Amino acid sequence: MDLILFYVFGAVAVVASLFVVGQRHPMYSVLLLIVSFGGLAGLYILLEAPFVAVTQIIIYAGAIMVLFLFTVMLLNPHRDDEGVPPAASLWGPSGGPGPLRIGALLSVLLVAELGWALSRIQTTPFDEAPADIQSVREIGRRLFTDYAFAFEATSLLILVAMVGAVILARKPPRGLQ
Amino acid sequence: MLTLNHYLLLSAVLFAIGTSGVFLRRNLITMLLSIEIMLNAVNLLFVAAGREWVSRIEPPSLALDGQIIVFFVMTVAAAEAAVGLAIVIALFRHRETLSPDAFTALKW
Repeated sequence: MDLILFYVFGAVAVVASLFVVGQRHPMYSVLLLIVSFGGLAGLYILLEAPFVAVTQIIIYAGAIMVLFLFTVMLLNPHRDDEGVPPAASLWGPSGGPGPLRIGALLSVLLVAELGWALSRIQTTPFDEAPADIQSVREIGRRLFTDYAFAFEATSLLILVAMVGAVILARKPPRGLQ
Repeated sequence: MLTLNHYLLLSAVLFAIGTSGVFLRRNLITMLLSIEIMLNAVNLLFVAAGREWVSRIEPPSLALDGQIIVFFVMTVAAAEAAVGLAIVIALFRHRETLSPDAFTALKW
C-alpha cells in the first residue's frame, strides 16, 4: 500500500516538475510547481512527518508560489525564451548553444551516477516509528531549545531579505538614472 | 517495501530535473522555479534520512533534526525567492526582457 502511494505521489512530483521545466509560459510553470509540491506533501505524510507536509502546503504552495505568481502577473512576460529558437530550448535536434547541452548532459550523468551508486548499497525497510517522531510538540520544543539560536538568526535573515527586496524592487530615484 | 533507497533515487531525479531546468531554460523566473525544485529535492532527502534514523539513535526524538532542518531550508527559500524576484523585477525594468543572455554588463 505504501509502495503504491509512494509511486503515485512520486510520479506526480516528477511529472509536474518535468512540465515546469518544459513549459514555455512562466504562469503554467508556477501552477504546475504547486502540483509538484502537493505530491511532495503526500510523500512527507508517507514519511510520517505530517507537520512538514502541512508547512509545505501552507508556506511553499501558499506563500512562496503566490509571490512568484504576483511577479509573473506584474511583469506579464509574453516573450520568454526570445533569443532561443523554439525547438532548441529543450532537446532540439539542432540543439541550443553548447553550454546548454553540456549542462543537460551533466545533470543526466548525475542521475546515472547516483542510480549506479544507490543500486550497490542495501537498505532495509523503514522500522516502526515511535509516536514522538510525529509529535508537533517535540518539534516545537527542539526548535526553541536546541535550535533557538538558528531560529533567531532566521528571523534576522527574513528581516534582511524583506528590506533588501523592498530596496531592490522600488523605482530608482530620478537622479540615479 | 519502502526503503531509504526509493527516496534517495526520487530525490536525485528531482534534483537533476531542477539542475537541467537551470541550465536549459533561458527565462529568469523559470530558473528560479528550478532552484525551488532542487531545494525541495533536498528537503525530501532530509525528512527521509530522519525517518531512517528513528530507530538507530537514542533518544529517537533526535531523528526530528531532519524535519527541523527542513523548516530552516524553507525560510531560506522564502528569503531567496523574495530577493531573487526583486532582482528580476529590477532587471526587467532596465531591459524589458527576462532572458539572462540580455544581462551581460558584468561579462568580461
